[in-house]
Amino acid sequence: MTLSSISSTLSRRPGIRLGLLLAAPLTWLVLVYVVALAALLVTAFWTIDSFTNELERTFTLDNVREITGEALYRTVTLRTLGVALLVTLIDCLIALPVGFYMAKVASRRSRHLLVIAFLMPLWASYLVKALAWRSLLSNGGLLDWAGGLVGLGSPGFGFTAIVLTQAYIWLPYVIIPVYAAYERVPDSLLDAAGDLGARPALTFRTVVLPLVVPGLVAGSIFSFSLTMGDYITVNIVGGANQMLGNLVFINSGSNLPLAAAIALIPIVVIMIYLALVRRTGALENL
Amino acid sequence: MRNIPTRYATSRTIGGALAALSLITLTACGGDSGSESTGAVEKLGENEGEVSILAWPGYVEDGSTDPEVDWVSGFEEETGCQVTAKVYGTSDEAFNLAKTGEYDVVAASGDLTLRMIAAGEAAEVNTDLIPNYEGIYDFLKDREWNTVDGKNYGIPHGYGANLLMYNTKDVTPAPTSWKAVFEDAPKHKGQVTAYDSPIYIADAAVYLMAHQPDLGIENPYSLDEKQLDAAVELLKTQRASVGEYWSDYTKTQASFETGDTVVGTTWQVIANLIDPKKASVEAILPSEGATGWNDTWMISSKAKSPNCAYAWLNHISDPETNAQATEYFGEAPNSDKACEFASEGHCETFHAGDEKYAEQIWFWNTPIEKCLDGRTDVKCTDYQDWTKAWAEIKG
Repeated sequence: MTLSSISSTLSRRPGIRLGLLLAAPLTWLVLVYVVALAALLVTAFWTIDSFTNELERTFTLDNVREITGEALYRTVTLRTLGVALLVTLIDCLIALPVGFYMAKVASRRSRHLLVIAFLMPLWASYLVKALAWRSLLSNGGLLDWAGGLVGLGSPGFGFTAIVLTQAYIWLPYVIIPVYAAYERVPDSLLDAAGDLGARPALTFRTVVLPLVVPGLVAGSIFSFSLTMGDYITVNIVGGANQMLGNLVFINSGSNLPLAAAIALIPIVVIMIYLALVRRTGALENL
Repeated sequence: MRNIPTRYATSRTIGGALAALSLITLTACGGDSGSESTGAVEKLGENEGEVSILAWPGYVEDGSTDPEVDWVSGFEEETGCQVTAKVYGTSDEAFNLAKTGEYDVVAASGDLTLRMIAAGEAAEVNTDLIPNYEGIYDFLKDREWNTVDGKNYGIPHGYGANLLMYNTKDVTPAPTSWKAVFEDAPKHKGQVTAYDSPIYIADAAVYLMAHQPDLGIENPYSLDEKQLDAAVELLKTQRASVGEYWSDYTKTQASFETGDTVVGTTWQVIANLIDPKKASVEAILPSEGATGWNDTWMISSKAKSPNCAYAWLNHISDPETNAQATEYFGEAPNSDKACEFASEGHCETFHAGDEKYAEQIWFWNTPIEKCLDGRTDVKCTDYQDWTKAWAEIKG
């Protein structure tokens, strides 16, 4: 078959053309996403030979029973959830006014500068940012010094430190979608609300906020799910605390099925979160 | 509307294909991955030009940490094997990394070696091909952590104890016992540190051996359920005073330097690295004795450069290199000859070759169901139990 006959066949059959075009990315998607997830799901129901660490492929519910039954997993899940919710809340509270200022108030020039300023931390490595917070929070660090001026110490390493560091690291992921959502709110709506006598607070609550919620939701999905899966920040600034990711990590060496079962917890939590978000209808407006 | 059934059919076919594909992949993963033992090599071939090494920090130094500290460049020039090294913080981390098969050589402690051998990750080592093996202390050879069924799986490197480090300004009077991190820990609430690994449970067991003899602990790696519970209880109490656990040695180093941590477990190398201008620390071997490590250079069963791996094993057990490396890390070297190259006092400090002293250190071992202390009337707790207990302790 010559090249021209191939090309004429393809031009006559759009189905084959599409199939060939999509085959490579689809295979990749299946291998990377579906199979990996399926392997994780299946592994959670296996067990392990205690000495050789070899997987034993016999179906058992022991791991699931363990993670649902033992107090340890409840405590750690609640802690992780608490961190994720607080991080999301803090980021949203920062993103709302900052996004508004960037989209509606700032001049063109300073808007660009602000976008660059908020995107800049994304260019730095995750580790560098977490370690920077470690030195900020440590004994004699910047926060210790600044806190000392008003009679407070640094919060030290622990729960607060995890929330602060994670809120910093994921902030750009919330600001950018919120900023984009504000950008799409026509100025004329603000003018109209003002002309009809609405005070700024009322305008914001009834006109702007409903239009920005989809952006806020998109951002919160990022900050929430990224925090749920984190285990490095907690190692660096978390003191003696552990999150779900740490439990996965510590078990991945000696008990892979249990690690897989623990990894199901954040997956379930994030699915519930997405379901709740979907019910608000915000996903359709993305 | 004609389109809809077709599209439905297509998506169903794709769905079917996906299902089939996942099935194939799963079955492929399901195949037995245990490698068959082929015995040790008889003869060495030509060096491959590169060797990748997985080791504790301070074991493979090429001058990049400190220009004065370099025992890799000479090896590279001499053998033509370019060294790439990866350091790890805990044996669990090392086990995960070793299983990837990317490393030709692994420096493993006793809580890792047996797992490596059992999982088929370690290759049998023909010690005849390593001329420097002969000079190594006999009491380090053919031990339960480097030899299984009469087959050697590696070359002894050096050994040492997990020490108690404290900030001399904050911790007074100077502690002599592990009490400083257990009963007396609340004195430094939030500034106590401990090693972040299930194997740290053995440190609590060593303490209990001395202070609660009625528990009947004979070997800290051989704990029945009751003994493990006692150790867990002790560690849970300690947890309330712990500021942070460490597995990354640079983290605990920084922590002592800033004063976030003032007392806790350490290695001699960390004590050496701490800038005396930032914190004045002392590291001691407490009266109860301590846990410790006795490390083995192993060759991966999946090694891509076995010849360079053998060359490295011989190089690192060369008395001069061994003296440099063990002195830098702060541990006893593996031979009397090495002591001739070490700086004065080093071998005395670490009691090199002193079998009696070495017997007081509980070298890291892998806890298994069959009690290591010889008891047959009870089942002991294994490493998986310890891992669970450790997660529970941290809470």
